[in-house]
Amino acid sequence: MAETQTKKSKKDKAGTKSSNAGKEESLEGFSKEELHSFLREMLLYRRFEEKAEEAYAIGKIGGFCHLHIGQEAVALGFIGPLREDDYVFTSYRDHTQGLAKGLKSGPVMAELYGREGGVSGGKGGSMHIFGAELGFMGGHGIVGGQIPLAAGVGWAIRYRGEDRVCLCYLGDAAVNQGAFHEALNMSAVWKLPVIYVVENNEYGMGTHFERVSALPVVDRALGTGVPAHSVDGQDLIATWKLMDELVGKVRSGEGPQYVDARTYRFKGHSMSDPVHGVYRTKDEVEEKKKSDDPIIVLRDRLFDADLLTEEELNAMDADVMEEVDEAAEFAENSPFPAEEELYTHTYAEINEHGRLFFDRRDR
Amino acid sequence: MATITYREALNQALQEEMERDESVFLMGEEVAEYDGAYKVTKGLLDEFGDRRVVDSPISELGFAGLGVGAAMVGLRPVIEFMTFNFAFLALDQVINSAAKMYYMSGGQIPVPMVFRGPTGAALQLAAQHSHACDTYYAHAPGLKLVRPATPADAKGLLKASIRDEDPVVFMEGEMLYNLKGEVPDPEDGDFVIPLGVADLKREGDDVSIITHGSTVHLALQAAKKLEKDGIEADVLDLRSLRPLDVDAILETVRKTNRAVYLEEGWPYVGIGSQIVATIQEEAFDHLDAPVLRVCQADVPMPYAKNLEQKAKPSVDLLIDACNRVLYRS
Amino acid sequence: MATKVHMEALSPTMEEGQVVKWLKSEGDKVASGDVLAEIETDKATMELVARGEGILQKILLEEGGTAAVGALIGVIGEDGEDLSDFVAEEEEDDAPSAEAESAETEASAEPAPDEDAEESAEEREAPRAERDGRVKASPLARRLAEEEGLDLSSIEGSGPGGRVVKRDVEKAVDEGVTPAPSPTTAPDSEEDYVDVSLSQMRKTIAKRLVESIGPIPHFFLTVDVDMSRTVQARARINKQLEKDGFKVSFNDIVLKATAMALRKHPECNAHWLGDAVRQFNRVHLAVAVAIEDGLITPVVRDADRKGLVEISTEVRELAGRAREKKLKPEEYSGGTFSVSNLGMFGVEDFTAVINPPEAGILAVGALEERAVVKDGEVVVEPRMKITMSCDHRVIDGALGAQFLQTLTGILEEPLAALI
Repeated sequence: MAETQTKKSKKDKAGTKSSNAGKEESLEGFSKEELHSFLREMLLYRRFEEKAEEAYAIGKIGGFCHLHIGQEAVALGFIGPLREDDYVFTSYRDHTQGLAKGLKSGPVMAELYGREGGVSGGKGGSMHIFGAELGFMGGHGIVGGQIPLAAGVGWAIRYRGEDRVCLCYLGDAAVNQGAFHEALNMSAVWKLPVIYVVENNEYGMGTHFERVSALPVVDRALGTGVPAHSVDGQDLIATWKLMDELVGKVRSGEGPQYVDARTYRFKGHSMSDPVHGVYRTKDEVEEKKKSDDPIIVLRDRLFDADLLTEEELNAMDADVMEEVDEAAEFAENSPFPAEEELYTHTYAEINEHGRLFFDRRDR
Repeated sequence: MATITYREALNQALQEEMERDESVFLMGEEVAEYDGAYKVTKGLLDEFGDRRVVDSPISELGFAGLGVGAAMVGLRPVIEFMTFNFAFLALDQVINSAAKMYYMSGGQIPVPMVFRGPTGAALQLAAQHSHACDTYYAHAPGLKLVRPATPADAKGLLKASIRDEDPVVFMEGEMLYNLKGEVPDPEDGDFVIPLGVADLKREGDDVSIITHGSTVHLALQAAKKLEKDGIEADVLDLRSLRPLDVDAILETVRKTNRAVYLEEGWPYVGIGSQIVATIQEEAFDHLDAPVLRVCQADVPMPYAKNLEQKAKPSVDLLIDACNRVLYRS
Repeated sequence: MATKVHMEALSPTMEEGQVVKWLKSEGDKVASGDVLAEIETDKATMELVARGEGILQKILLEEGGTAAVGALIGVIGEDGEDLSDFVAEEEEDDAPSAEAESAETEASAEPAPDEDAEESAEEREAPRAERDGRVKASPLARRLAEEEGLDLSSIEGSGPGGRVVKRDVEKAVDEGVTPAPSPTTAPDSEEDYVDVSLSQMRKTIAKRLVESIGPIPHFFLTVDVDMSRTVQARARINKQLEKDGFKVSFNDIVLKATAMALRKHPECNAHWLGDAVRQFNRVHLAVAVAIEDGLITPVVRDADRKGLVEISTEVRELAGRAREKKLKPEEYSGGTFSVSNLGMFGVEDFTAVINPPEAGILAVGALEERAVVKDGEVVVEPRMKITMSCDHRVIDGALGAQFLQTLTGILEEPLAALI
């Protein structure tokens, strides 16, 4: 468990803490305050997903539930540099990106619980977190399905002459979909303001990327003319910095960008899939957790730079845990959607004439 | 009233709606410089420029999805498929994205857009290019489906479809583009036909021929022949399949007590299947005979002329079906 | 190869039959034509014969058991043949075979003249009411019939498989409806009757009368007959027959007289067919006979051409077998007119219910001495009341009255009949 790892590491470092006091209060251009908020944010994602895991285990959450544990820096590092009026699309592994774009943890958890207070009123569930007002354009359930949609939002931005940016996450496996190549091609042709970020966690469900692609992820955009970049997605600061630079380019009209963000998933593909097994070894996962946990990476850099004390970290974690508990409580206390809601939101316009539903009398 | 072609009527609708609403844009293969594969978009590039009339790459999935994305943030795209035969690749975006977005976002994100293009058989285009695709789209809640059969309907319904707040699949008849008919002049005001209103194209008391799209004309031909035989047929053109004018269907069935559904598509789980189900559910006690269907032969469309002829629904097959529901054969 | 033993339709209207007795047991050798069992139909006890030969391997319906027409009730097979699969398989497709059976039965009946002559034989022959009493009808026809208060089973279906459709109900409404005419035997030949098509007036009369009372618009005519001469005539006849040990009854004389009168009034010797009236040139008198658990009407064929003794002998013989339920279907069907006599029970007069499709029936009361006023004086005479029930669609009041006048004349002056 990441939790155990984190606590152990904290103890290891505890002795060296106090001696570093008085050093410069920033790191790579980020203030201590900013850095603390980054760490807190990623801790929130981690604790949120752990809570979801727990709730799933006791049947509070059903269906498919894909956790983001291990990939927190990719969520924060790419969404953090965006403006509030920018757009974000992602796949079905979407809880923490939603939080990163500003959704409150309570309504996101309630959506997982399938409750009225969920962000989509309980109609979308884990895979379909939406926050239209915050520009969070959704979790999409079909691999690669969100890529042309993001291009479309990019199209609308350009059409309206706005300087907004659209960020589109996709998994590494999605680069093998036709939708990916079609959308990147159109984005390049029309210079759409879209940044495509591959959350390259190496595995499409249980298949390693190298087994299904002759080229590495970063090279897969080559044929489209979209400039490609690669980054260590477990390093929040590197990720943030790259994204900051790309957002500037896109906003100034340079057209789309493509990023291979190398990351790693510490959990199974979904809650119904094993963490390790035939497709990857337990050792591999444990090694990654030890050496490549984005939260530990940031924490240690802050410890090393004397920008964080154990007490601060503990307080931060306790704060986050409280928020997550409150989110679960919010979800728990939210009623199930009213049965009348079954038919609502199928159509935005109920036409004056004719029938749209063919079974309503039966329900 | 001016007599114009179906193609011109569609063109007028697009032109008027683009002029009326800045958020409407047109995208598809060959729609701009080439004036459209079927010349429906003729002259629009010149009038509105390449920002709003856009030639797409041959990427049906991609540009259909792009349209959905643009609609998600409030534009009103009109996505043209050169024909719906090519739109199978885009079905994922039409069904999984366009049709379901509003629902799975809990009502946060409507998708006001139109997917349009021709469907159905033309002449000797063989299996992959001769395919009535209605049923795939009619099946999915969240989508609306419109099928105009005349120039006036084409114009009035396309304008209504563009203004609708939901994704509308607007299917034109590949063989209808040259069809002429009277359409109200643009100067006479905004001509919009609301969705969900069927049109009785011919009145008779003896049998109801219910149909949609290109086969409306086949139904009218058959009705004329039946008339010589003393049989007066109601020909009901549904015009939109979702929303569906169930009242009009029930009304004609209650009047004649017998109905035949005519469509270009295949019989199995075709549009007619739904219509028959609706009739038997809601007008059972008015039926004097089982409702019959006349459809395309249950095979892929053959190329050979004689086989193609045989595969398509025909006046003779329709008359035969009418006679059967009238217990005349 | 095994042969199935089905419950066969042993009467024209039989829908199910009861095994009274198996005359063969499992294991018995049977030859084609052997009587396997006695079956009680709705009318009589009939013999069920073997349709194949071999061993009666299985009896699937015990004595006293009832099965629908067409149901498998036994199997005849080779010695040692394993029939379990055969039986199972048969049970599965039992229903369709049952339908086929009843369709055949129906087909042998005389169908009403059919305007839709172009309909296929298959369609025409299909049963109107299926074995379970279900009538095939379009939903609309069902609703219309309900609204009109019509019994669907009384309407001939012209749709596929005999389906009753809208036009059939409308026709029935236009013409007035009768419970399903069930003419039961084939006509002897075409010269035996004349079909008189219905005039518009006749149709209207029919319709209005049906609306007025029930499916058959009955009306009743009663005559009080002076039987003095008949009493004398019977006495003389019986004296002559004394040496043969034979006696004719008053009822025999009434039958003979009725047959003679019908001969003169073919309008009354008729069937209502729904779309036509069939007037018979031959007189087949149906005579109501009370039997243990009901009533049966054996038919004296060509009663008008038979002598009194012949009629008397035949009636006695038929009635006897009727009581034993041994009548063959052709012996109790095909009547053109009926006579019911309750005189022997002391009933003075009564009304009888018409047996469709016949158009009339006589209800004969007791012959008794009664005081009547004759030429201003009270005299005592043997009198008998006869009430005729008429189907008004066929017989109007005057017609019935004329017929009764003829009948009364014969009974009051038997010699006149010789003229």
